[in-house]
Amino acid sequence: MTSHIQTIIDPPEDGHFRNGVATDGLIPSPTTLSLNLAINGRDHALDVEPRVTLLDALRERLHLTGTKKGCDQGQCGACTVHVDGERVLACLTLAALVDGRTITTIEGLADEDGTLHAVQAAFLEQDAFQCGYCTPGQIMSAVACIREGHAGSDDEIREYMAGNLCRCGAYPNIVAAVRQAAQELR
Amino acid sequence: MRDFSYLRADNIEAARNAAALPGAMLLAGGTTLIDLAKCGVVEPATVIDISHIEGLNAIDVTADRALIGALAKMSHVADHAEVKSLFPAVSEALWQAASAQLRNMATIGGNLMQRTRCPYFRDPANFPACNKREPGSGCSAIGGVTRGHAVLGVSEACIATYPGDLAVALVAFDAEVDLGERRLKVEDFFLAPGATAEQEHDIRPGEVITAIEIPGSAAARRSTYIKVRDRQSYEFAAASAAVGLELEGDGRTVRDIRVALGGVATKPWRARAVEDALKGKALDEATIREASELAMQGAVDHGANHYKIALAPRVIARAILKLGETA
Repeated sequence: MTSHIQTIIDPPEDGHFRNGVATDGLIPSPTTLSLNLAINGRDHALDVEPRVTLLDALRERLHLTGTKKGCDQGQCGACTVHVDGERVLACLTLAALVDGRTITTIEGLADEDGTLHAVQAAFLEQDAFQCGYCTPGQIMSAVACIREGHAGSDDEIREYMAGNLCRCGAYPNIVAAVRQAAQELR
Repeated sequence: MRDFSYLRADNIEAARNAAALPGAMLLAGGTTLIDLAKCGVVEPATVIDISHIEGLNAIDVTADRALIGALAKMSHVADHAEVKSLFPAVSEALWQAASAQLRNMATIGGNLMQRTRCPYFRDPANFPACNKREPGSGCSAIGGVTRGHAVLGVSEACIATYPGDLAVALVAFDAEVDLGERRLKVEDFFLAPGATAEQEHDIRPGEVITAIEIPGSAAARRSTYIKVRDRQSYEFAAASAAVGLELEGDGRTVRDIRVALGGVATKPWRARAVEDALKGKALDEATIREASELAMQGAVDHGANHYKIALAPRVIARAILKLGETA
């Protein structure tokens, strides 16, 4: 692949991204990016402004509204999704940054026949929510927390789930659900 | 967030060329850049995505040194077996920073470029005066709510606290940052505000961080990072200390000691006065506490942050005592 720096001065006709380039200087003007997002096993072609976050692309463009917008500033964890199997915050991730990567959202967690993931089942069983708004993020975070090997004790679960806030204060039941799922998945 | 142009650099040379463009900012993990773009603090004309450059995320650790690529994720470095065994303070500083999600996004190079959490800096709509954002505009923090602000390395222009954890451990163990044609001590890479609060790093247009290197040492092997904060987790430090300790064969006389502070200074702060006071001394609690107080020489508070002057020496002492007990 040619260096994209060349696109600033001499834009290719069919580069990977269609970057409109101002010819009177070195500063390219904002324009549209053509992305391919692989979400929950399906490819989605999408034209977005460069500033569009993964969270807004999921919710507003692809209508995958299971991923929640809480603070939109990287502080609450409600927008947690997996990129290449690792938990990240969709609100601080540009959609362009994950072009070509593998993305999993809460909609992609259960089996196709509707069988819940062990973490989803444990959240139900332990009543690990009240209003439910933080729950998709909690569950996506918990799945990764267990996979990382960071759910070995209640203290470790609290530490490694600290990035997911629950304003209803369901924390004791969330810890219980993660503990239960970790034991089942061991 | 104001829109920008997005370009992807496929190699380090392209990234360097792009970094020299006016209005361009590098994007690695995005945890600082996208956050501050949403706050209106930064308005890049062009965002250069360097996250796809191959070979920059390697973590290579031997007893002699840790060589960590700029694109290595914080979480991967924190969990790396040799980092944990040979540089425990580095691992501890990393896993106590931010949240698991943010550590999966944020890179080591980007972490060094993390900006202050000063609430006045982060709120240009309500607080136009900020010498970091607009040189000469004044400082809204001085005279404001200062509970989180720095007491060391402050100036009349700025009292914003350096918020990071990793760099505190790096400074303690004489780590260097590789900028391509230049290599700097991490300690010198960070700049105290002085009269130029807008200059936080010694990095020039066209320079890109490619790696950090931490020299191995007995003190690095026997080290810890203690972080005291308002919550048990997911919070910036009220005061933190990275400490490394090497004892003589008698098991109590200090051969080498490293002390650096976070949460209380405008940059990652090496406390050499504490180190000098303890080298060659036999460790006991009174000696440790007396020496730890020396870290606050020259401290200046602005009212609500006065507690940090009492807190920081206790955090240092706690870290040294912990290392002394694990002989």
